[in-house]
Amino acid sequence: MEERKIRVLIAKPGLDGHDRGAKVIARALRDAVMEVIYTGIRQTPEQIAATAIQEGVDIVGLSCLSGAHNQLFPQVVQLLRQKGGDDIIVIGGGIIPYDDIPVLKKAGVAEVFQPGTSTQEIIRFIKERVAKRT
Amino acid sequence: MALAEKILKGDIKAASRLMRDIDDEMDSATDELKVLYPQTGRAHVVGVTGSPGVGKSTLVDKMVEVLRRDSKTVGVIAVDPTSPFSGGAILGDRVRMQRHSTDEGVFIRSLATRGHLGGISRSTHDVIKVMDAMGKDIILVETVGVGQDEVDIVNAADTSIVVLVPGLGDDIQAIKAGILEIGDIFVINKCDQEGADRLEQELRIMLEMGQKSTDRWTPPIYRTEAIKGEGIEELVAGIQRHREVLQQEGLHQKQARQRARYEFLEILKSSLMKKLLQRLSKNGELDRIVDAMVKREKDPYTMAEEIIHKILP
Repeated sequence: MEERKIRVLIAKPGLDGHDRGAKVIARALRDAVMEVIYTGIRQTPEQIAATAIQEGVDIVGLSCLSGAHNQLFPQVVQLLRQKGGDDIIVIGGGIIPYDDIPVLKKAGVAEVFQPGTSTQEIIRFIKERVAKRT
Repeated sequence: MALAEKILKGDIKAASRLMRDIDDEMDSATDELKVLYPQTGRAHVVGVTGSPGVGKSTLVDKMVEVLRRDSKTVGVIAVDPTSPFSGGAILGDRVRMQRHSTDEGVFIRSLATRGHLGGISRSTHDVIKVMDAMGKDIILVETVGVGQDEVDIVNAADTSIVVLVPGLGDDIQAIKAGILEIGDIFVINKCDQEGADRLEQELRIMLEMGQKSTDRWTPPIYRTEAIKGEGIEELVAGIQRHREVLQQEGLHQKQARQRARYEFLEILKSSLMKKLLQRLSKNGELDRIVDAMVKREKDPYTMAEEIIHKILP
């Protein structure tokens, strides 16, 4: 049997329109043999959670550069749990202060990647986490 | 069997999970599909095809809007290409449809072609069945951007829509075979652009030439400006009319038989191949065959016959 292909949703919650980072990540994950669903900018947590469920993804990558991550990331985690998607891993990136990372992790975000993280590191993290889960 | 039962009870997560298993070609998915099959065949399946950039996604988005106003439940399957180099894919059709993502009457699924040619993924037929069993009234299948010959969608769709835009050079010449023959409905999108009149005229002549006097359906041409939502209601009404004609003229039965036959043969072919391949690779026979071919000791035709003779004496 063929190995399962990893499916990822890359989504931008909140109101900032800076999608370069999200696109770079999407591209890197594609080159790492993943299927990446990209939904564009200004998505509500409700839209992101519904999309993750419909698309049957293993992992949701959130990118936020507006500073509203403390609100938006935990909301996505909560909504996923409500919709029966508690097996879906949530990771985040963007402009996120160090002090916020423990808070986000406590809220159920699996990992937060800051500017300067290599795409290889993110790919490795995703592969390990998905393998561990199944 | 658990997934299929959950799906029939309206469990979205189970449906999504089964689509994943289908895409990953898990053996368990086949068992679930066996349960779902009797509950399928109700939805009207609409294929939307055309070259890259003609506005298929935007058109689908607007069609969903009109269908929802009419209280129809909608499934959308959006197919994008898998990279032939990495094997990964970026599926971006949803970007244009995201406003429907929280509407519980709409289920959107992106699929990657995973190396399958023909404009849709191998899994598309079965994912359609899952949406059908979920009770969706209409299922819109957006193919990858196609050129001339990727016409697999006709084997899945009750109504095939071919989307064209003005200004693609020598428009009709480039697409006269294949894709022009599959259209039940034609759409000239971005019809505000120069050349729309000429395109419509050429298309009409082309279609008339292909028309037989026994045909019960003349493919209509709709002009749309999807971005502004113009012409969409007419298009959706056109789909409905096509559906009625199919049913009235008994064409639907004929189509259903053709499709069932095609589908059965495809499934037979792929399960036979799968079993055979397993056996040949397990006992090393495949390697021996390849070696013999490379050394020109034996020819592939004889060896294929020998294997078939072993199974079907």
